[in-house]
Formats: sequence, structure tokens, C-alpha cells
Amino acid sequence: MSALNIKKGSTSHSAYDLRDSHSEVEESHTLAVIVENEPGVLARVIGLFSGRGYNIDSLTVAEVDHTGHRSRITIVTRGTPAVVDQIEAQLSRMVPVYEVHDLTAEGPCVQRELALIKVSGRGEPRIEALRLAEIFRASVVDSTLDSFVFEMTGTPAKIDAFAELMRPLGLKEIARTGVAAMSRGA
Amino acid sequence: MTRQMTGARMVVQALKDQGVDVVFGYPGGAVLPIYDEIFQQNDIRHILVRHEQGAVHMAEGYARSTGKVGVALVTSGPGATNAVTGLTDALMDSIPIVVLTGQVPTFMIGTDGFQEADTVGITRPCTKMNWLVKDTAKLSETIHQAFHVAKAGRPGPVLVDIPKDVQFANAEYTRPEKARTDHYAPRVKGDIDRITRLVELMETAERPILYTGGGVINSGRGASQLLRELADATDFPVTSTLMGLGAYPASGKNWLGMLGMHGLYEANLAMHGCDLMINIGARFDDRITGRVKDFSPRSKKAHIDIDPSSINKVIHVDIPILGDVGHVLEDLLKIWKARGRKVNREALSKWWAQIGEWKKVNCLAYAPSDKTIKPQYALQRLEALTRGRNRYITTEVGQHQMWAAQYLGFDEPNRWMTSGGLGTMGYGLPASIGVQVAHPDALVINVAGEASWLMNMQEMGTAMQFRAPVKQFILNNERLGMVRQWQELLHGERYSSSWSESLPDFVKLAEAFGCKGIQCTDPKDLDEAIQEMLAYDGPVIFDCRVEKHENCFPMIPSGKPHNEMLLSADAEAFKSGAVLV
Repeated sequence: MSALNIKKGSTSHSAYDLRDSHSEVEESHTLAVIVENEPGVLARVIGLFSGRGYNIDSLTVAEVDHTGHRSRITIVTRGTPAVVDQIEAQLSRMVPVYEVHDLTAEGPCVQRELALIKVSGRGEPRIEALRLAEIFRASVVDSTLDSFVFEMTGTPAKIDAFAELMRPLGLKEIARTGVAAMSRGA
Repeated sequence: MTRQMTGARMVVQALKDQGVDVVFGYPGGAVLPIYDEIFQQNDIRHILVRHEQGAVHMAEGYARSTGKVGVALVTSGPGATNAVTGLTDALMDSIPIVVLTGQVPTFMIGTDGFQEADTVGITRPCTKMNWLVKDTAKLSETIHQAFHVAKAGRPGPVLVDIPKDVQFANAEYTRPEKARTDHYAPRVKGDIDRITRLVELMETAERPILYTGGGVINSGRGASQLLRELADATDFPVTSTLMGLGAYPASGKNWLGMLGMHGLYEANLAMHGCDLMINIGARFDDRITGRVKDFSPRSKKAHIDIDPSSINKVIHVDIPILGDVGHVLEDLLKIWKARGRKVNREALSKWWAQIGEWKKVNCLAYAPSDKTIKPQYALQRLEALTRGRNRYITTEVGQHQMWAAQYLGFDEPNRWMTSGGLGTMGYGLPASIGVQVAHPDALVINVAGEASWLMNMQEMGTAMQFRAPVKQFILNNERLGMVRQWQELLHGERYSSSWSESLPDFVKLAEAFGCKGIQCTDPKDLDEAIQEMLAYDGPVIFDCRVEKHENCFPMIPSGKPHNEMLLSADAEAFKSGAVLV
């Protein structure tokens, strides 16, 4: 490991040049990939991950520039530093890929995910669920006498934490969008 | 001026505008409109193959021997799936080809129509890029882009899938210069600071080596010229992968021979012992590195490659240089010269003395025989009788391929066509036809094993129909030789399914195709038989009956480092008891 021992993935440091690329420790990285918005591109990107045995923990994609036909794919992946570098290189050589950013390596970034969480129950657990939702700043987007659907945005860890708390209170269903991420600053 | 035309005509027009003079293909329902257009013109020659795999390998042979893009045209469904092996082969070996496939009409896609297959889905992992064109207005631009992508950066296969209704419909033709291609422009110039750092290492290196690969050949003639200049000016030794043979001449004074699993002793030991390794357009393939953790343990490594994913994929390098070999070598030489053309002459002469010691091992020695034809002897005679000629060699895959790489010498790039990355048995015969079509007057020889050769032997029909006088030099040991060798050395001599029974009589087979068949069983007759093959004006199937149990040495068994090489019992070192260094 590097002398300064700055953990890669830290949001307060850029440790890109300090990390040890021989390390066998797996790290989580968030990649932003700007691609041509045309049929088959997503399949090509996903096929790279499955074909070469890379991990996908989360993946989101949507068009971000209609006139320029650009889509942005956000991928959260895991691997040793050498594997993450290889993923970045493999992505960047693809013909319909314009840009690849390793947001984790490039510096601080914000990560947000949206989740819909259905909780059912009556009585005290129902009240507790609503109370916790307020603390987590989740909003109620659907309600019946014995259920709520909460909507919340936040980091994946925040959503994990909320879902975990809802489990004993009657968690029924959860839908998550996957992570959208962007570097901080200009 | 706007030009309206049908999609089918657009295909032919786009091919013409891309400078295509020959297409290898096979018609079928979904490409009939294109074939109708081909019928009505004379600029593009169509070579009718016997199987779509053959078409793609021919396009590869054409591309590799000319440096141009090879083109294949096949129908939907089975036509496309039969092309998959060729596409994968071209992807692994970075060969620029464009494969055009027919597809069922757009309104039938997804209905499991007759001869429908998800061609772009199936071929996505085995193409550099592929397109399904659903709108005739985009067809010509897509084809132009396909040619650009096939050639630019690290070359590779691309595929354009064209539904039949798109071929019938009318739209405006887009000329090549109007097609948008700037969105794919891989960087060709290397980073000057890194090149300078490499030059600094070159100036002091005591045991340098140039490890060259197919990237030098793909970079064009100029790159091979620059490599020669570099090697000659610095006096650094040169070795090459299977893919790079001919970039530096086999007759050159700095040539160590091929490296790798069946590479030469001196080449592998020099790789293992060097202190500066300069990888020029190679990719640290597992057949080269052997056991990764013991690969060239004491060297600084530089890697010049146009593909960012090749760098640090297998071997961590100290100086990565992303760029085209030709461009980088040009800058490298310029900087090296500007800094005073320095090398460590004294250390270099010691290094060459050491290499000289390794050469004395004579690793390609084999026990000669006057009763049976040794495969090595057959290739030595073929070499002796054809070396000076305008010669192109293709091979199949296996022992004969390695022997050909060891015993034939290549003084020019683009003269050696072999399936390296994918190891496709059945490659050589169709590839030889593709080469011959591109070079009608040249001597084109496919060095084959009988088992590989049978995999695509139907293409002899193509050779006959189009008068391609390809010479099929088959080293017939009635065995799957390389499989047999591994079973002998690594699987307790249990020869599971590694011999061929019921082989055809190759001479009669030649007669059945209408070409010439020659069989040779006696080493004394070999020269005369080869001369007969060379003299014949037409395709020849040469059945060279060779020793059945010959092994290919040197050999680095899978997963072993370079210095744990197996040598033939006939190599000098073996006699002195120094088999493993």
C-alpha cells in the first residue's frame, strides 16, 4: 500500500497516483461512461463486464444530451486496482464510448440513488415507520390504511440503512434506481 | 448532387468508393438484392466460397497480405453464424475486415423468421463494432464508418447487418468524405516525456531486447522500416511473436528468432535475462509470458501499444506508451539521435556474447532420418527451394504451424498469415486463397497439418473455380500432432482421440477437385516432389507423409517460466546435460 495510506474511494482526497496497482485488495469504484446513444451500446458495455468477468454492483443509464445523442452510464464496480484500471481501459477503447471517468479516483463525487419502499402494517409499527421516514427525509408517495410507499433519495448506504430499519416494520418491496454520480466542484 | 438509389446499390457503391476490388461471399435469400447489384457491374470481383467461414478467412488473408480491409458478404441466419469463427479470429489477431450480412426484413425481426438470427447480438463480443441498419438513409454512411473503424486504431473486424427491405428501399447515397468518422479517432502519437524516459533507459541498458509483435505489421510498412533502423542503429537484439514475423527480417543480424511457448531458446532466455524489454506492438500473450510471476523478473519494461487495454493487462510495465508503433518509433529514433545516439556498447557486446552462447545450444536440432521424412526437414527443404521467391505463407494450427514459424524465414512483413490468438484450425486453406486473390502472380503456400486442413477442405472448390494456384503443403502424420504431443508429455501417453482414422487419399481427393495431387513418403524424393509442386500451374494438394511421433521443441509447458524450457534430445545442450537452465 502507499506510504500515505490514503484509502482509494475516499471523498476527501484524490489518491490516484498514490495507490499501489499491485494491491490485491478489492475496491469499489464509480465510473461515468459517456456513450453514443444508439441501439446495442448498453449491451456492448454490459457484455464487456460479463465477458471478462468484471463485477457490476449498480448500473444506470439514460440519455443526457438529446441533440448530441449522448447517454451517460453510471457503473459501480468492484475489483483490485489493476482490474479497475483494466475496466477503464477496456471501456475507453470501445468505438461508441466517448469518455470514461473513474469518479472515485478523480476526486470527491456525489452519489445519489432513488428508492421506492413499500411497508405494510397497522398500529405501532406503522407509526414507527412513518417516524423513521421523517428522520430519513423519505416522503410518502402512496398511502392506504395498511401500507405506505416511501420515496427517498440518498447515497446507497443511506437507502440500505433505511431499508434495514423497515424490515422488522413490515417491509414488502423495494425498487432502486441504481446510482447516479457526479464529481464535486466545477 | 444528390443521388437516390436502393440500399442494395448503395452497398456496392460504398464498397467501390472504399476502394474494394474483391468480395468473398456466399449468396442467400436475405442478400439477393445485393447479389443482383453485384451481377450488374464489373468493378468488384466476387469470389464464391464454399462455406461462410471460408469467406471470412479469405478476407483475413487478403487483408493481412495487402494491409487493406478485407470484405466478406454473407446471408442472414446460418450465413452469419458461420462467420462467427472468422470474426473472432480477426478480433484476436487485429485484422481489419468488414463483414456484411443480410437480415430478414425489419418488420419480421423478432418473429423467428426463416433464417433469422440475432446477428448483431451474436457477433457483438466478436466484433470491434457492429451495426444493424434499419433505415436505408443511414446505410451508406454506416458502411463508410465500418471501414473507418475496421482500419483505425487497433484494427479489427466489424459487421453491418442489413435487412432485406432496407436493401430494396431508396434513399440518398452519402459519399465517404461526407460520412462522420471523427468520433472514433484513437490517439497515434505517443507521450514525448515517456518516450524520452525510454530513450534514457536505452542509453544505459546492459541487456536490452526488442520484443515485437503484430502491431508493427498492422502499423504499416513504415513501422517495419523504423524497427529495422532502430535495431540496426542500436544493435539491440530483436525477437518477435508469431504475429510479428517478418517485421524485422529473419536474415537480419540482430534476429533471435521467434519467442514464446515454441520459441527459440536464445530468444526466450534473452527475454528472461534482459534488463530492458521494449515491447513494440505485442500484448504479453500467455503463449509468450508463460508463468506471469516469473516473467523476465529483472527487467524494466516499456510497452508501445495503440490499445490502452493491452497495457498493464497481463504484465505491469514501467513505461507505458500509448500510440501507434510507427509514430512512436519515429519519435523514439528522433529523440535518441538528438541525444547523441548513445548506447552502452561495452555491455552490449557482453550481452551478444551471452546470446551467442545460447545460440550454440542449437535448439532447433532434430534427429535426421533417411527413412522417414521429418517434418522439420520437409520445412527446411521447402524453405531452401522457395526462399528467394515472391512467396506468401499461410498455415493451419498445430505442430506444423510452430515448425513453419521456426524453420521458415520471413524478410518482409505481410508475408506470413497464421491464426495466432484464436488458433483456428481450418484457417490456412481459405486464407491462402484470399492471399492468392490479392497477389495472383505470387507463390502462395499453405503449410498444413492433415487434420486442420480437412476442416475447410471444401474451399479447394473455390481455389479451382477462381484459378487460385494455391499450394497446400500438408505435413501428414495421421495425428492431431500437437494434441498428441501434449498427451505424450503431460497426460501419461494416453492418446485420447488424437489420431485420424479413415483419412482420405489426398492424391485422389486432388483429382476429385480437378487439381494436382502429389504424395511424398521418402526423404530422397522430397526435393523433386516440392519442385513438381512449384512448377505446376494450378492448385496442388501435397501429401507429405512425415514422421508420426515427432514432437515440437523447444517447448515451454503451460504455466512455466521461460527458463524452464524443454529442449529436443538432439539439441546440443541436452547432450551436455543442461536441459533446463
